[in-house]
Amino acid sequence: MLVKKHTPREPKLRNFGVAFLVGGLIGLLAEVISMILKNCFAFSTVEAGLIVALIVIGVASLFTALGFFDSWVSKCKCGLIIPTTGFAHSVSSSALEYKRDGLITGLGSNFFKLAGSVILYGIISAFLLVIVRLVIGG
Amino acid sequence: MNYLMAFLFAGALCAFAEVILDNTKLTPGHITSLYTVMGAFLSFLGCYDKLIAKFGAGATVLISNFGHSLYSSAWQGYLEDGFLGIFSNMLCKSSGVITGAIVIAFLVSIIFKPKN
Repeated sequence: MLVKKHTPREPKLRNFGVAFLVGGLIGLLAEVISMILKNCFAFSTVEAGLIVALIVIGVASLFTALGFFDSWVSKCKCGLIIPTTGFAHSVSSSALEYKRDGLITGLGSNFFKLAGSVILYGIISAFLLVIVRLVIGG
Repeated sequence: MNYLMAFLFAGALCAFAEVILDNTKLTPGHITSLYTVMGAFLSFLGCYDKLIAKFGAGATVLISNFGHSLYSSAWQGYLEDGFLGIFSNMLCKSSGVITGAIVIAFLVSIIFKPKN
């Protein structure tokens, strides 16, 4: 009871607003960059999507390495976790954190520590859904 | 108009994730996995292509797009090469994101020192 009473209350409404704004801005920026790539440089939609994803990953990884992305993530939470920035941040932050344990036993074996669950459950669910679609004959 | 749609869609999904994070005991890891599975499921229902057509990069920049690209390339592989195609084609579209994340994160972690 005492612990519950003294735990600071999370400002849920503010978190909601911040996540909406930050997530929305990332979506907006990605759309702007992909429009520029498509209209000015004549890239196809697929190529533009890949370039945008690489830019987002590059910026998120660089900011993580420079040390200020962690505090952004703890402030904006889902606004930065749900876009591809979250994936890049989890990979590069675990790479940086475990680097001192060695290149193989540290960096190598902990590289996908946080992002592994996304890849695992993504592939498993995609595989099962394809099987389901085969069985129901879609 | 496209920009407004991208902003609203990406913002709405992030805000929805924030509601889940604040009101349950799930961690960010749970939520990103959940969104990936949800993306694969929406793709299974045939919705995700329509979402991308409507919201553009607002839909492709989210982690749920990863599930969509896994499912759609696995299905594409089945149509082209049969059952083995599911295995050989699964990572086809998402290869760019995974390889990009590996290469960039590796370079960055080699160059920079961790800050505590």
